[in-house]
Amino acid sequence: MPETILELKNLTKRFGKSTAVSDLSFSIEKGNVYGILGPNGSGKSTTLGMVLNVINVTSGSFEWFSDTMDTHDALKKVGAIIESPNFYPNMSAKDNLKLVCKIKEIDEGNIENVLKTVELLDRQHDQFKTYSLGMKQRLAIASALLNNPEILILDEPTNGLDPKGIHQIREIIKKIAHNGTTILLASHLLDEVEKICTHVVVIRQGKKLYAGRVDEMNASFGYIEASVEKLDNFTSFLDRLDFIDKFDNIEHDQIRIFLNKDYSAGEFNKLCFEKGFVLTHLIKRKESLEEQFLKLTN
Amino acid sequence: MRRLINIELFKLRHSRSAKIMTILYFSLFLSAALLSTIKFDFGPFNFRLADQGIYNFPYTWHFMSFFVAFLKIILAIVIVSMMSSEYTNRTLKQNLIDGLSKKEFILSKFYVSVLYALCSTILLFVVTLVLGLIFSDYDEFQIIFSDLEYIGGYFVKLLGFFSLCLFLGLLVKRSAFALGFLFLLWIVEGIIGASLHDTKFDFISDYTPLNAMWRLIPEPITRLDIINSAAKQLNAEIMQDYSVSIFTIITVLAWTFLCVFGAYRLLKKRDL
Repeated sequence: MPETILELKNLTKRFGKSTAVSDLSFSIEKGNVYGILGPNGSGKSTTLGMVLNVINVTSGSFEWFSDTMDTHDALKKVGAIIESPNFYPNMSAKDNLKLVCKIKEIDEGNIENVLKTVELLDRQHDQFKTYSLGMKQRLAIASALLNNPEILILDEPTNGLDPKGIHQIREIIKKIAHNGTTILLASHLLDEVEKICTHVVVIRQGKKLYAGRVDEMNASFGYIEASVEKLDNFTSFLDRLDFIDKFDNIEHDQIRIFLNKDYSAGEFNKLCFEKGFVLTHLIKRKESLEEQFLKLTN
Repeated sequence: MRRLINIELFKLRHSRSAKIMTILYFSLFLSAALLSTIKFDFGPFNFRLADQGIYNFPYTWHFMSFFVAFLKIILAIVIVSMMSSEYTNRTLKQNLIDGLSKKEFILSKFYVSVLYALCSTILLFVVTLVLGLIFSDYDEFQIIFSDLEYIGGYFVKLLGFFSLCLFLGLLVKRSAFALGFLFLLWIVEGIIGASLHDTKFDFISDYTPLNAMWRLIPEPITRLDIINSAAKQLNAEIMQDYSVSIFTIITVLAWTFLCVFGAYRLLKKRDL
């Protein structure tokens, strides 16, 4: 029986008439890396805000660590960063982290360690307000790591950063994930989720569309893109094939063929040639998470 | 409780404006006291405030409590901004995410307000005692330590005022607006008081927060010897009750509770 860290039960949040999160249920188990995927405004941050005690729940509930403690006590075992890094502008990085230690009731001995992880050790005595956005975001991660958290919650951690900053943050996250820390990552960037996460929850307009393993979400048989000179006969030929789910004409002479069973490009080429169709273009692809996502959310 | 005070003091220690205002407050406090001891020499006319009987025990307890209380507005700025800056920096949100509960957050602010009121009260006691020992015409033990109710009244006055500031800081979320709101409240209470004066609803202004705090320590001027003797010469005997009323203390403590509890309810209801 895997250890459940967080469980959401029919969580709902309404702001006036609009419903930000609707009847959302899923659970987070120890050791996995979860992604919450959704377009902007789909309720990701609101969901995280609720489990992090800053947004009141309209209905439904959530449980930390199988409901063994109060939310604010549970949060002491959690590391979380939300959209923008919020620290005291006049305090140095080190003092800001000391304050977090006092709130979380943990020893200050870990400060140097986490500052080293995010490469801020040489700037630790500078005031927070002098930091660049990338540095602020890294300090936020350092702060979230102070207590060796049971789970790390990251809300759009690379938002607004330059490519170098994005790369640094991703490397840090990968390193943390590699150490076996449970991670919950909210993002609208698919390759981010695809590269890091093992599980994914897709939401749109506050509703859950999919929850499960990333590789299972990607379990289709892929598609073939082909071009042929005489298109008219070719489509009637395709209509008669049983391994084809459907096909679309994506450009004037190019067809995208979705497969419903495993079928290789070579076999397909051979079949076409035998029937007298000479392909001028042939490529077989797995659907990317992005295409899956667009399919789900459109 | 220790942890919460620790957290709040750590924040204040690293806030430049809080440090400057606190230092300003305590130095104004001391310099006002020192100023009264300086002898002003205008040729044939010598004047020293300290010689006018303001440091006579036990009257000095009353006099000092009343006048030093005006300085509380400086500390009010510290209290208001320690509340509202958590909103403007969005650190309140971060504190909650880090594992502080909303109740603990309000309590940490309240405890520090109590601490400020306590420090100010202790300083008032010590300064008054020292100045009194130097300048008072009476120095019997029993006289020195009588009428200490004014010191208690001073503490409650500050506590009530700081709690109100706490509430306004949270309600308005911006320091400048919160102080403006405080000023507005003062004017509104003044209007209520004036318009109800000499009507049967006069008692209502006893209950409004700033008015109740004001009444906690009655004005001491007319009690001063020179004023009294001047009044006697004009055949206008001044009759007034100068004592600290228990009823007013209860009213101010009730407001203190309402402000702190109100701040908690408000924060609890809000989405951050």
